[in-house]
Amino acid sequence: MAANLVQGALFTVMVVRAEMLRDPAFETELAQQVQRSPRFFLNAPVVLDLRAAAEFTHEGEFIEARDILRRYTLMLIGVQNAQPAQLEAASAAGLASFAPTATQPSRPRSAAEQSQSAPAPPQPAASNAAKSRLVTQPVRSGTQIYVRGGDLVVTAPVSAGAEIMADGNIHVYSALRGRALAGASGDIEARIFCSRLEAELVSIAGHYLVSDQLPPEHRGLPVQIALVDDRLTIERN
Amino acid sequence: MARIIVLTSGKGGVGKTTSAAAIAAALALRGKRTVVIDFDVGLRNLDLVMGCERRVVFDFINVINGDAKLNQALIKDKRNDNLYIFPTSQTRDKDALKRDGVERVLEELKDDFDYIVCDSPAGIEHGAITALYFADSAVIVTNPEVSSVRDSDRIIGILASKSRRAERNLEPVDVHLLLTRYSMERVKRGEMLSVEDVNEILSIPLLGVIPESESVLRASNTGTPVVFDHESPAGRAYIDAVARFLGEQREMRFVKPERRSFFRALLGKA
Repeated sequence: MAANLVQGALFTVMVVRAEMLRDPAFETELAQQVQRSPRFFLNAPVVLDLRAAAEFTHEGEFIEARDILRRYTLMLIGVQNAQPAQLEAASAAGLASFAPTATQPSRPRSAAEQSQSAPAPPQPAASNAAKSRLVTQPVRSGTQIYVRGGDLVVTAPVSAGAEIMADGNIHVYSALRGRALAGASGDIEARIFCSRLEAELVSIAGHYLVSDQLPPEHRGLPVQIALVDDRLTIERN
Repeated sequence: MARIIVLTSGKGGVGKTTSAAAIAAALALRGKRTVVIDFDVGLRNLDLVMGCERRVVFDFINVINGDAKLNQALIKDKRNDNLYIFPTSQTRDKDALKRDGVERVLEELKDDFDYIVCDSPAGIEHGAITALYFADSAVIVTNPEVSSVRDSDRIIGILASKSRRAERNLEPVDVHLLLTRYSMERVKRGEMLSVEDVNEILSIPLLGVIPESESVLRASNTGTPVVFDHESPAGRAYIDAVARFLGEQREMRFVKPERRSFFRALLGKA
């Protein structure tokens, strides 16, 4: 019984860099972003990354941040990369402490990133390429492939019962018969490309269509799938 | 040094044991010293299909456990001097297949034989994984229907990730497709997948197509591998498949509807 009281689970959470809250353009851009996909942002949990923020040593600053985010339907739930003093203030404001992660926020082209002014370490182009993965062998039933923070390119068939996932885009230069989940960490800009659409399920940033919902006129054809106004749209390539 | 061939499928009842018996016998007929091993511990069938069930004294598990010597357990086929049968235990279960024990036995067999044919149990659990782990070649036995094809796809994935060759980054297991219980008539009626349909999904080289045939059941029941039946179309298809395995070019038979000869039509025979 006691062992069942606490169970672990993994969640995808948006990360906002604390210093961006100080940027005058932040709110307008956030408002636009939220307007584009209101369902995605509704009550979505947010963690404040304090890595590059010197302030935030007072409880009031966290409450202010929470109120700003709340205006745009977001829910501030915790902080990461906090200094001891910051941590104390955050916990007084009722925020949880999250472990620091090595990964950068996985949405390189989001409004938040574009408006960022803090001297974040520049990402060399090569490291992005290294995060992408190329698979040249057929992805067989029962196999799972996940590319964290990058694109997945498959040049062989993806069988029914296989599952391919990427934080970025998914390209399949062959038949896609299994499940494909692009934007697995919430990137709504991610897309799925395939030469033959016969998928069991396609998903972008959590919006999905199962095989039955795929329009029959696109079956077996080369398509690209994108998220437009919260809807998965399929376009003939 | 022997080459280890595993017959596997994921799904049960597709004809692994029948095919293992037929392929081993066909290899022996080609003059290759061949031993066929039953990995289906607890569901001992290979000895029945090979017709040597009354001669089993010691088995694979006894040898793995060191309770018997290899030559005490190997049964020599009465029809062909090149062919040996290595039966398994009916009283134990798959856990008795210890990987290091299996490896030791296979290493010992490798010196004496050209081919070691492993008849895998169904499923993707310990027994099946142990049977395919040491494979150099794999024959994926598939029926022309969707569930069998999907299970085959799964097992091909396992061969590519969990076999010894995969783990040690050696040249990958060379994988072949054997399509069994194929009926051209039923393919035409849309009740079965065609060779092309299966190939499209699995995309591995096709070793052979074995036609659905009464002679297969008869062969199993009488304990005679079907390749010893010269009249049987299935037997001929297995012989062709083994010839292709050995690198020969042979035209695929039984994939087009057979023309009924005038006389046969007259006599009402298929």
